[in-house]
Amino acid sequence: MVAVGREMSPANLAACVRKLHRGDAAPSFLLDLDVEVSPGITILFGPSGAGKSTLLDCIAGLTQPDAGRIAIDGEVVFDSEKKVSVPSQRRQIAYVFQSLALFPHMTVEANVGYGLLDTPQQARGRVAEILQMFRVETLRARKPREISGGERQRVALARSLVTLPRVLLLDEPLTGLDAELKASIIDDLRTWNAAHKIPIFYVTHSREEVDALGERVIALEHGKIVSKGTPREVLDAPRRRRLAQAAGFENLLSGTVLDLREPDGVMRVHLADSTCEIEVPLGHAAPGDRVRIAIRAGDILLATEAPRALSARNVLEGRIASLERRGAVVVARVDCGAVFTVHVTPGAGRTLELAAYKRVWLVLKTHSCHFVEG
Amino acid sequence: MNIEALLLSIRLALCVSAILFVVGVPLAYWLAYSKWRWKFLLEAAVALPLVLPPTVLGFYMLLAMGPRGPLGKLWHAVFRHGLAFTFAGLVIASVLYSLPFAVQPLIASFETVDRKLLDASAVLGAGRMRTFRRVILPLSVPGIITALVLSFAHTLGEFGVVLMVGGNLAGVTRTVSIDIYDRVQSLDYPSASRTALLLLVVSFAVLSAVYGINRRAGRRQWLPWAAK
Repeated sequence: MVAVGREMSPANLAACVRKLHRGDAAPSFLLDLDVEVSPGITILFGPSGAGKSTLLDCIAGLTQPDAGRIAIDGEVVFDSEKKVSVPSQRRQIAYVFQSLALFPHMTVEANVGYGLLDTPQQARGRVAEILQMFRVETLRARKPREISGGERQRVALARSLVTLPRVLLLDEPLTGLDAELKASIIDDLRTWNAAHKIPIFYVTHSREEVDALGERVIALEHGKIVSKGTPREVLDAPRRRRLAQAAGFENLLSGTVLDLREPDGVMRVHLADSTCEIEVPLGHAAPGDRVRIAIRAGDILLATEAPRALSARNVLEGRIASLERRGAVVVARVDCGAVFTVHVTPGAGRTLELAAYKRVWLVLKTHSCHFVEG
Repeated sequence: MNIEALLLSIRLALCVSAILFVVGVPLAYWLAYSKWRWKFLLEAAVALPLVLPPTVLGFYMLLAMGPRGPLGKLWHAVFRHGLAFTFAGLVIASVLYSLPFAVQPLIASFETVDRKLLDASAVLGAGRMRTFRRVILPLSVPGIITALVLSFAHTLGEFGVVLMVGGNLAGVTRTVSIDIYDRVQSLDYPSASRTALLLLVVSFAVLSAVYGINRRAGRRQWLPWAAK
């Protein structure tokens, strides 16, 4: 749907930022990165406390970097060396906060018109147009507290975009919405941007959102960029432990490489403190290297009889250590020497008569085991 | 019952509330948002009337307003008459005396405005004045009403400062509290009692209004006699 010639156009937002990040609880760290964002959606992905929001605040001018340079469309809005710092209200940047920050005392229409300096008549026209674009025109006269969460998110987007910003910053704006609603809002955003072609910088710590939206992903951790690329590249080959956890790998196991079988594209890994050996895709490692393997709990099959004649290469025998119902999944902890977390549906749990101490077999496909650099 | 004294008190309280609104709003804005490191000194100065005996404040005000005091000299240079023992002098002294009752509820309500709303306003292109006018002020209405009502009620009930600065001139500086004191001194208890009761009823009504507004607005309450 988005036809943006992004290979051709120059970066519209260039930010080089250094700032000592002082969290309330977390230890302080140095935010130190250099990003270029071109038209279209770029995702800034990382665990909470990685410095994502601080970076957006620096770009929007709500906080000052200790050093660096920020330029939009070639115009410098911050430069520590030349002592330039354009105030927020003149940067022409739109910023949708996680809390949305709709003005509670104003109607939807007044909220959306807030940033417009046109005559009331012109403003009314533009507000009506963007409300229609984001499918909230019927809510014109309502107050933010009188509309639903998804509608508020649409109104917040409309309010930011009606001013025709040069850059759109989104700080986890769709948190708490179901996938369908999220997708429909994103579609409307993409439609809007097909006409305007501005860089959209989208912050999230949710793996699902990265999968759903991403064309380009920048992964941030402790204030530094740890990887860049397509969602697959960034998410499925986690380079660091914390990022793996953020990306939803419930199992992170230490082990030692036994041998490489290059013709098959696999290597065998012995898991620490156990007798388990598993086969994982070949990585940059040599026999004897200590490595970590990341496996999603939902990618592991669970059987109550020893499985035979399977394509999967890894079958581990163990016992259920604990079972816990969490919403629509049953979380089983299975002790095979190494302890695995496995997700099964409540139905499967009943059919298999899962119970603590029951003997089970885990089945892992080789390519569900992700090699993480030591 | 002395209607003249009551009307004078009400006139004084209205003048003081109006001036405190004009002076208090920018002062409270600055105190709520400034990051100046010595700000606490000014905060302490604003709160002084809460702890000082009114006679001490009145005494310094009297010195300042006297013919040789800086305020008195300035006033004489402009208006060709003295300031002490006049209605204007009473207004100035009362403004200082009731300052914390206006400023502190204003600060409290400005501070409860979500900072993200101010950030959102700035990002949408609004300068500080526009943000203040369109976001902070409308969201602080309960605090503003509290400030106005408390200024009014506190001025209505003041005694010590009025006695020091205003004296006891009928129709000029004899407020309702002075009048009650006078009646008691001359053993006219029935008259003192009627005026006292009226003041009690008015004060109770005003404070009930403040509590009611705060309750309806669901705001954090700030009521200064906790500090007094």
